[in-house]
Amino acid sequence: MIPVCRLEDLPKGESVRIETTPPVAVFHTDDGDLYAIDDTCTHQDASLSEGWLEGCLVECPLHAASFDLRTGRPTCLPARRAVRTHSVTVVDGLIHVHLAAEEGTAA
Amino acid sequence: MRTVTIVGASLSGLYAARELRAQGYDGRLVIVGDEPHHPYDRPPLSKDFLTGRADETRLALTDTEETTELDAEWILGVRARALDARGRTVLLDDGRTVSTDGVVIATGASARRLPGDTLAGVHTLRTLDDARALREELTRGPCRVVVIGGGFIGAETASSCSSLGHRVTVVEAAPLPLVPQLGAEMAAVCAALHRRGGVDLVTGTGVSGLRGTSAVTGVDLTDGRTLPADIVIVGIGATPNTAWLAGSSLALHDGVLCDDGCATALPQVVAVGDVACVGGTRAEHWTSATQQPRAAVANLLAGRTVETATAVPYFWSDQYGARIQFTGRRADGDTVRITEGELSDGAPAEGGFLARYERDGRTTAVLAVDRPRPFMRARRELARGAGEEQVRSAAR
Repeated sequence: MIPVCRLEDLPKGESVRIETTPPVAVFHTDDGDLYAIDDTCTHQDASLSEGWLEGCLVECPLHAASFDLRTGRPTCLPARRAVRTHSVTVVDGLIHVHLAAEEGTAA
Repeated sequence: MRTVTIVGASLSGLYAARELRAQGYDGRLVIVGDEPHHPYDRPPLSKDFLTGRADETRLALTDTEETTELDAEWILGVRARALDARGRTVLLDDGRTVSTDGVVIATGASARRLPGDTLAGVHTLRTLDDARALREELTRGPCRVVVIGGGFIGAETASSCSSLGHRVTVVEAAPLPLVPQLGAEMAAVCAALHRRGGVDLVTGTGVSGLRGTSAVTGVDLTDGRTLPADIVIVGIGATPNTAWLAGSSLALHDGVLCDDGCATALPQVVAVGDVACVGGTRAEHWTSATQQPRAAVANLLAGRTVETATAVPYFWSDQYGARIQFTGRRADGDTVRITEGELSDGAPAEGGFLARYERDGRTTAVLAVDRPRPFMRARRELARGAGEEQVRSAAR
């Protein structure tokens, strides 16, 4: 479980990148939901935390591939592979990310 | 239409195949490619592939699942030699012919070469095979690399070679590289990136010849100097692959002449990607190669132009750890204003910058260095503005 930042420090419509290996992007959607996915676009090296957030979709800033934050799946080309999704919780106002791989090893 | 043949198995050819199936074409689909490889992505060749950060599996544009879905006949490693005057037969180099009802021309462009560049150690960088050969040579230990041409391919290759520990010099004939793309002011800023990578930039002098008997040993410059070199990379642009169309009835002039919808004078022949001169301009951009096929295929299936393929140009380049993104149509005389970030000593400062090109108070183009987010916002604004402009001019 990795602490990210305080909820109030990540306004709606914003995202933050955490320097895990590989890096993870955490999004706060306009609807107030929090999502975490692997930060690197599966098409080519670009940071999705710098992408365009619209609803539950984020568009890669380099080639406009779009990913669904809920599933990690690309919704259009050029990306063809999904990004990993991670679960997010807020404890005492602090956002935490649970890395998918970590959970896998623990199970 | 019972048979459609796509000539060219690269980015735009593959996107055309996808569009054909997505738009409901269920007939026979033939894809002809002169390279032996299935479609792959070229942009990483000069960057991550050359430096060893990405291997060939990362370049693949398609996979078995999609290939099965496309249900195409792939004829790879064979060049198309001719298209008959009616555009109904594609003749291949191995003597085979393909009778077809529709043709998508996607034969791309080839790297321009220098006279006498058959010497060992002289490379161009356009295809996977080019990149493989260069990468192999670059792994043999530190050497002196001369890159001829300071355009995007030249700069990216120089950056990659430098990061691999080679001593690199870039030679550019113009007083400054990238002026046609970026304008003098911003071209100077991007040229300063070479310094960041420890690469020498020699400008304002051409190349008079290459030295060496079997392998290259140096590059002779028109100002009388000779640059010693173990490896020479020629990055002086590309020419559209239209030679095979010489016997056809298509109009050729710096590419296959098409209307705004990628349609040629023959209603069942369209052209896309680097080889296509669409509505008077030929773009060698990844984005146009992926965007044009949608309209081209719609028009091919309709038998007339029902959709146009004019989008706001967009291109990017990664060099010396900087990401350059550009969109729009700038013209000489546009003023340039840095609206975010700043310069430091004539080069992009830490954190990059966003620059707007303006004419009569309107933004014509946007350039960003390491500012992807504001760039995206500006790109959307510009595309929206262009859309409105199109609606206005249609109404007039």
